[in-house]
Amino acid sequence: MWLQQTLAVARKDLLVEWRSPVRMSSVFFFALALLLMVAFATGADTNTLRKQAGGALWLGMLLSSTRSLDQSFQAETEDGALEGLVLWPVDPRAIYFGKAIANTTVLFVVATALTPLCIAMYDAPIQGNPLLFFGFLAFGSGALAAPGTLYALITAQARGASVLLPVLLFPLVAPALIAAARGTTVVMEGDGMGDAPSWLGLLVAFNVLHWSLSGLLFARIVEDG
Amino acid sequence: MSTGYIIGLIGLLLLMFSAALRKSLPFRWEFLVGAYGLILFLGGQYGGLFVAPPERMMGDVARILYVHVPAAWLAMLTYTLAFVGAVAYLLTGRDGWDWFTESATEVGTVLTGLLLALGAIFARPTWGVYWTWDPRLTSSAIMMITFVGVILLRTLITEPNRRALWSSVATILAFVNIPVTYLSVQWWRSMHQVQSTPKTMSEMYVLLLRVNAWAFLFLTVFFIVTRWRIAQAKAAADAPPPLPDIA
Repeated sequence: MWLQQTLAVARKDLLVEWRSPVRMSSVFFFALALLLMVAFATGADTNTLRKQAGGALWLGMLLSSTRSLDQSFQAETEDGALEGLVLWPVDPRAIYFGKAIANTTVLFVVATALTPLCIAMYDAPIQGNPLLFFGFLAFGSGALAAPGTLYALITAQARGASVLLPVLLFPLVAPALIAAARGTTVVMEGDGMGDAPSWLGLLVAFNVLHWSLSGLLFARIVEDG
Repeated sequence: MSTGYIIGLIGLLLLMFSAALRKSLPFRWEFLVGAYGLILFLGGQYGGLFVAPPERMMGDVARILYVHVPAAWLAMLTYTLAFVGAVAYLLTGRDGWDWFTESATEVGTVLTGLLLALGAIFARPTWGVYWTWDPRLTSSAIMMITFVGVILLRTLITEPNRRALWSSVATILAFVNIPVTYLSVQWWRSMHQVQSTPKTMSEMYVLLLRVNAWAFLFLTVFFIVTRWRIAQAKAAADAPPPLPDIA
């Protein structure tokens, strides 16, 4: 029952995205613009860019994720849609996990679409295990979406608070950003020292902690907010 | 029992008795704790600056550790108290816990600012730079910015119950990074030294460090309680007036 509700909420959000993929395309082009800007700002030296590829990819994902997360609740706050959703006999945790799964999927799709462009522009082919690389994309997207979904709800409900989303989210996800960026770079460089699994382990631990904690806290905010 | 522990024990007893007898005292109970903290602070700083010998490797520069290390300990302790207050608010819904969380968050942020400023001053002569991208430094800066975000969130929300609920949630999430900050010197290769133990330090250093740590603790208690009273007074001032009696 609970799983069905979670999947129904995730399906609803992804269906909205599928029918009008404005959010996903704007997030993609925002992240792509950032990849270009990082290259412009740091100089177009190939060796330097190759070392920065993973970091630039995740910096683009981090900055563009705030737009994506912000938008995910904008539709819910219009015309009291969120209140309507809460009034249905739906477990609030199912709403959180459904929306967080949808947000993770959107970010993962954007990261996957950005990867070939990042490889081409930064001349940084994946020399390590591609499965590990996509593991970093999946868990990195999850790490941004888990606390991001909770904070997006808070900032969407408070007038003028959307400006606070990056202030609240960026420092919180800093350990995940470091793990994702370092891990991605290491896999791109071939992972000669075998460091990638330990960075992935840190990312998985971050996901476990924040998905469970945010799931618990979301219910309180939706019920009392 | 060592002198450092006896000094702390006296302070803790003073704290408990003054809090228990707060209604019969002619002044606010926290003044007694604050005064004791101030005396310890002045004594501890005098000892650190003029009595303790220079450190063997770093010389007089190392005297800054008598404020840097207590500031680090108390910053983490104060943020932990904010976390406890946030959890307690979510469980009980009592305004007092929200005021406590607000007070501890603000005092903790001041202490972290002090910690980072003192760390930068200490780093220049010892490492040659004010700032380096070391895991401990970076995670401490992230810790402060995370809690600054919580303080900013509080300022934007005017409805008291909603402000208390949301900032409690944000405080709990912000606290998750504190263990990472504490353990960063053990998890990653760091220029910052790992935690010392009394076995690796001279007795004079241990004593003065403890005196200063107790001083910071009792002064922190004073600041938190004083800030708590301000929050309480503000809540009373913001509360709507009682409805007129129409009977």
